[in-house]
Amino acid sequence: MTTTDAATVKAPGKVSSSARGRRLRALGRAELTLLMRNKAALFVALATPALLTVLMRQTAAGMDLKGTGLSMGTVLVPGSIGYVLVFAVYANMTGIYVTRREELVLKRLRTGEASDNEILAGGSLPSVVLALGQCVLLLGGGALLLELAPPERPELVAAGLLLGLVMMVLLAALSAAFTRTTEASQITSFPFMAISFVGSGIVVPLDVMPDKLAFACSLLPVSPLMELVRGGWVGTLSGTDTLKALGVALVWIVLAGLGVNRWFRWEPRR
Amino acid sequence: MDAIEVEGLKRRYSKGFEAVRGVSFSVREGEIFALLGTNGAGKTSTVELLEGLARPSAGVIRVLGFDPYSERKAVRPRTGVMLQEGGFPSELTVTETVRMWAGCTSDARPVEDVLAQVGLSGRRAGVRVKQLSGGERRRLDLAMALIGRPEVLFLDEPTTGMDPEGRRDTWELVRQLRTAGTTVLLTTHYLEEAEALADRLAIMRSGRIVSAGTPEQVVAERPSNIRFTLPDGMTPDALPVSLPAATLQGQRVEIRTPQLQSALTDLLLWARQSDVELQGLHARTATLEEVFLEIAQSPEDDEDEPGALPQDKGQDTAGEKEVERV
Repeated sequence: MTTTDAATVKAPGKVSSSARGRRLRALGRAELTLLMRNKAALFVALATPALLTVLMRQTAAGMDLKGTGLSMGTVLVPGSIGYVLVFAVYANMTGIYVTRREELVLKRLRTGEASDNEILAGGSLPSVVLALGQCVLLLGGGALLLELAPPERPELVAAGLLLGLVMMVLLAALSAAFTRTTEASQITSFPFMAISFVGSGIVVPLDVMPDKLAFACSLLPVSPLMELVRGGWVGTLSGTDTLKALGVALVWIVLAGLGVNRWFRWEPRR
Repeated sequence: MDAIEVEGLKRRYSKGFEAVRGVSFSVREGEIFALLGTNGAGKTSTVELLEGLARPSAGVIRVLGFDPYSERKAVRPRTGVMLQEGGFPSELTVTETVRMWAGCTSDARPVEDVLAQVGLSGRRAGVRVKQLSGGERRRLDLAMALIGRPEVLFLDEPTTGMDPEGRRDTWELVRQLRTAGTTVLLTTHYLEEAEALADRLAIMRSGRIVSAGTPEQVVAERPSNIRFTLPDGMTPDALPVSLPAATLQGQRVEIRTPQLQSALTDLLLWARQSDVELQGLHARTATLEEVFLEIAQSPEDDEDEPGALPQDKGQDTAGEKEVERV
């Protein structure tokens, strides 16, 4: 055993972006290792979006899409982004945050130099990067298989995707705040998943709904993301609609962020 | 400036339970300070506040001159923390866990070095955390606390679950850290650990510090005792008035005194002059254990607990019995 040299005094309070990057990398790397060792979670995150997209083909084929400017392909392929966001990011991260909290990992991390935001962000990095890769594959692969024209407004597709990733991570942290155990996270994450599938245009585009219902549904968290991705792909989104979608998404992100700040628990209830 | 300064500290949990009820102490630079207490005395609740994990309900904390909660960024790079319970992802290996922690620490020491320092290098470094023994987990925790060369080290029950050898190793390590100038605050319910390590200590009960100082000072607050058996027919009244004696049972007598040496001298001189043989003569200063047990067993200040004091009924428990002074 050797002794440490405690005389080395570090500069206090120095925030350097490289130190932040190093911390995020370290947290992300550990979480990636854990994700790779959790085969069940990995399978759900990777396989479900592709599987559901294929299964929904029949539903999409039976829709009356006259006057919406959509086709079976432009219903189906952007819809796959919704599955990725909700399954691979939201549901997955809810479970991860709860598990790390119950293992006292979050509490321990807070005794170190990483800030609260870095701890939450670092833990989400592997899931977010994986989801990004999945989206690129699903969009590219789907478009190729179904012979879709390339996106008219790729920047809107990208905006929808990126805002979606941020929103899902925050909503996952918020759900984790109200979840006591890893097992319970499968129940607590269900309402949001159900509402999103039914009401946010993942499966059924809002364009085919009655106007009043469509308007109410367009205010749900995932709806603006789907509007940006789908509308951006086919190029039918007006300037007003684009601003509204961006606005709704940002409002949800801010609300989720405030909620996390207010309710997130860093250690188990006693 | 002391390394740790605590003034009027209180911690009330959301359900209304007040775990820390006005605690004040300070830890000097390069000192080992031990917080003692039974389970539930408020040790961990106090230490968590010092570590900056929660905001106190009242009171002021300064660690290296900073508030550990609101000035987290300034304090964290200079402190090392060993929590009472692990907090490691169970599916990571020892090396992976420490590597993650090193990445979160500025100017971290090499992972292999700290693992060797706590005796977890070699084959054990590749083992998953869930397969470690309780003692090995404490070693892993210690490695993580040491990786950033902390100036102030918090050790919450560092040797719980360790075998005797592991405990010796850890004590030796902590002593070496003190030699190198590290300030250490440790909690423990092993009295021998506090006696072996602490420069100063404080004993907590129900959220308050009830005794504090060097181990010698804390022990000195409790009288030493002298015991012996008087010859048949002789009562304690025969003793000099300077020696307040009490009968334990039969002819067995106890003298409790803050001045052991002079009381013992008086007693022995009297015995020689009176030609009395003191059977089973026994004299010693109080031990930390006695002080601790006395504190742990005495009733709480604000909650009457009758029966917490052992009543004078057993014959064999004379050693722990509160004896009426004559």
